[in-house]
Amino acid sequence: MLDNTYPGELPLVLQHMLERDQADETTASLPRRSFLKLAGVGGLALGVFPNLAMAQSTAAVQPAGALKASQQPSAFVQIATNGEVTVTINRLEFGQGVQTGLPMILAEELDADWGLMRSRNGSSDAAYMDPRFNLHITGGSNSIKNSFTQYRELGARTRAMLLAAAAARWNVDVASLRTQIGTVMGPGGRKLGYGELAEAAMALPVPENVTLKDPKDFRIIGRPTTRIDARAKSSGRQDFGIDVRLPGQLTAVVARPPVFGAKLSSMDDSAARAIKGVKAVLRVPLEGGAEGVAVVADGYWSAKQGRDALKLQWDTAAVEKVDSERQLAQYRELAGRPGPLHFDADMAPLQTAPLKLEAEFVFPYLAHAPMEPLNCTVQVSEGHAELWTGTQFPGVDNAAAARVLGLKPEQVKINVQTAGGGFGRRGVSSSDSVVLACEVAKAARGVGLNVPVRTLWSREDDIKGGYYRPMHLHRALIGFDERGKVLAWDHVLVGQSIVTGTIFGGRVKNGIDPTAPEGMREPYSLPMRLAVHHPKLNVPVLWWRSVGSTHTAFVMETLIDDIARATKQDPVAYRMQLFGDKHARHRAALQLAVDQSGYGKKQLPSGRAWGVAVHESFSSVVAYVVEASVRDGQPVLNRVTAGVHCNLVVNPRSVEAQVQGAALMGLSMCLPGSAITLKDGVVEQSNFGDFTVARITDMPEFSVHIVPSAEPPTGMGEPGLPPLAPAFANAVAGLTGKPVRQLPFKLA
Amino acid sequence: MSTLNVNGRDQSVDADPGTPILWALRDTLGMTGTKFGCGAALCGACTVHLDGQAIRSCITPISAAEGKKITTVEGATDGSDRVGAAVHAAWVKHDVAQCGYCQSGQIMSATAFLKTLPRGKQPTAAEIDSAMAGNICRCGTYARIRVAVADAAKAVI
Repeated sequence: MLDNTYPGELPLVLQHMLERDQADETTASLPRRSFLKLAGVGGLALGVFPNLAMAQSTAAVQPAGALKASQQPSAFVQIATNGEVTVTINRLEFGQGVQTGLPMILAEELDADWGLMRSRNGSSDAAYMDPRFNLHITGGSNSIKNSFTQYRELGARTRAMLLAAAAARWNVDVASLRTQIGTVMGPGGRKLGYGELAEAAMALPVPENVTLKDPKDFRIIGRPTTRIDARAKSSGRQDFGIDVRLPGQLTAVVARPPVFGAKLSSMDDSAARAIKGVKAVLRVPLEGGAEGVAVVADGYWSAKQGRDALKLQWDTAAVEKVDSERQLAQYRELAGRPGPLHFDADMAPLQTAPLKLEAEFVFPYLAHAPMEPLNCTVQVSEGHAELWTGTQFPGVDNAAAARVLGLKPEQVKINVQTAGGGFGRRGVSSSDSVVLACEVAKAARGVGLNVPVRTLWSREDDIKGGYYRPMHLHRALIGFDERGKVLAWDHVLVGQSIVTGTIFGGRVKNGIDPTAPEGMREPYSLPMRLAVHHPKLNVPVLWWRSVGSTHTAFVMETLIDDIARATKQDPVAYRMQLFGDKHARHRAALQLAVDQSGYGKKQLPSGRAWGVAVHESFSSVVAYVVEASVRDGQPVLNRVTAGVHCNLVVNPRSVEAQVQGAALMGLSMCLPGSAITLKDGVVEQSNFGDFTVARITDMPEFSVHIVPSAEPPTGMGEPGLPPLAPAFANAVAGLTGKPVRQLPFKLA
Repeated sequence: MSTLNVNGRDQSVDADPGTPILWALRDTLGMTGTKFGCGAALCGACTVHLDGQAIRSCITPISAAEGKKITTVEGATDGSDRVGAAVHAAWVKHDVAQCGYCQSGQIMSATAFLKTLPRGKQPTAAEIDSAMAGNICRCGTYARIRVAVADAAKAVI
């Protein structure tokens, strides 16, 4: 059903990428088996999942017609005798709220008592693959979108088994039974709670076909719901990956070269070894042929003191030393050359167009900077390894860990840990932080430290450690007429590819990484020629919340505004005219934001201006109408009104939080200090003092409005980000009379 | 060997006197509610109270806590402290947390701030922003933090 909803959607580029690359991955299944029952509150699961599934996931391929592991309630639902229902989530919870949203979906079809719903994290077991990609992934705003039907069916199957168990207990026809909020109701007023039926239900076969509720009967889906983890996260009781504590565990920090790719030329570790608590100083291989030095100690502070005491000489002579200033000059030079075309159109009208617009945009490298620094704890024993880490790619990381440790993938288990943010940084196809932790654990084992080792990054390691949103240069030459009709749009995009050289590298077509131009031209029907250049540099790059749209939305939505301004048209009316009778979701989202903001009706105080932008990414559309001003030469975002179209909403509170959060990250991109730059190969920033992010004092007044819809849900982890910066820039341009062409904003 | 008074209990800590309170709490005492975010007093994730004053535990050595009382998020939100309990309740009511990693520090800053207010004086929006400006939330929960602090203030002041 979901597959055909938006056949032309941009994320399909990535989705197809994933589908093809994972085609040979086996989708082994569990045998037909019931869900598990907990012996008591917080007690042991009788079926001992997931070890069971681990063993079986390596067994023979499923018989035809059987359910896949991802469809089996046993891997996802535990019901305790007191009626508590614990749902295992097949995604990383890192702030987006799947830890509550997925149980809501399951509880709806289970007809459960919401007050008794709990949730827990999954693992690298096959059951927790995305049911559509057959790959473990949290990304691309896919969690709710791709697991909506999956979790509904899991809930419906569990409910059917509970009904069957009750029918057997009472010796009545199952058709005479119904459920009501966690209870099976039978003839003559008979009642049994789910907890009382769980043990009997688990012995029954799992039904393959189940009937799902009519959405008009939903009582949980669509209701504003407090997060299940709200209490734990408001009292310091929520554990994250960094909080894992195993018996005998040691902590490692790693000294890295000042320039990407450099090797160690000499090391004096005598002072480091003398630090109390330091157990070992170990040379470890890093990516790209580089080397690092791990200091393993009884805690982070000793390890860090040990690292600070190392005397290291690096050989940087032979490695590339990227320099941001030189890089920009190179990108400008490259933009002048012909490149492979992503879109083509006749550019002859540029010669005769009555009006022309020329623009160049520069976007810097950006760090993700999640609040929880990267970390991974590794426990290696003979023929087995177990890892604890907050990861968006547990399957990919599992394979990488096995490779480093000389084990088979099935000898490795990754326990997915709740993470303190991620924004793409915990989904790396090279598994950089997991590989590093495994190298450290392996080296520690080599010197007799047969204990779990947690490798922990400092904030400086994170900011300087690469895997940035790539720097980009855009150039546009647009010819249009007095009515704003675009006659020809000649565009060049320059930036490193994020998929080249990764497991998704095969998807680069015609020399173009499809994630770079995503969001260009859409949703407007424009005669655009788009050339794309992907220079190769040794700075590691990665997707960053909303990927290509982090820059393409800015370019598109500010240029559309420029054309409207040049032809003296209202920016909302101009966009609506370009949409015509197409793009109903864009029109609805924009209209809702306009109506709720008072745009066109309300007079703004002097010194404030309106700004508008709308953009679709990852199948959802977000429109912003903002009010901004300039204070002491700095742009200030005063008020934001959001119009959102993400089809059916599971938890409106989650959507509101995701929109505000993504917008704040988009606002961060605009503010001074939001750039990673390199000088002679060395990253110039190191911590939140020089790579700055939005604070509470930057937070505008904010309201989120959702277009009602009954269509299958689309994701909201990312789509709130792209249109914020251009809406803000359009308002600033209205105040200063000058367009914003650079992020972070430069108003001089 | 140092003695730290944490949430009303004296605890022996075998660590160098220069060790930051953060790492004594997390790695030595196993109290992981206090979070590591930057190690440089820039993000506020590690905020605890020292004799009631909000401090950044990532740069404050345990030697500075001798003879003083440390309160962590676990102690402030266990129900024994009226202001901490009100802040915790407001945080839950307004569903403030997203990833939740920074929230221990946010709650400790908010609690310390509310305790400084004179009786009967409700904080202004600007005062709330100013009090919370040292705490970064990368998820962008600031709108709900504002509402929750104002709500907690109504409950206790």
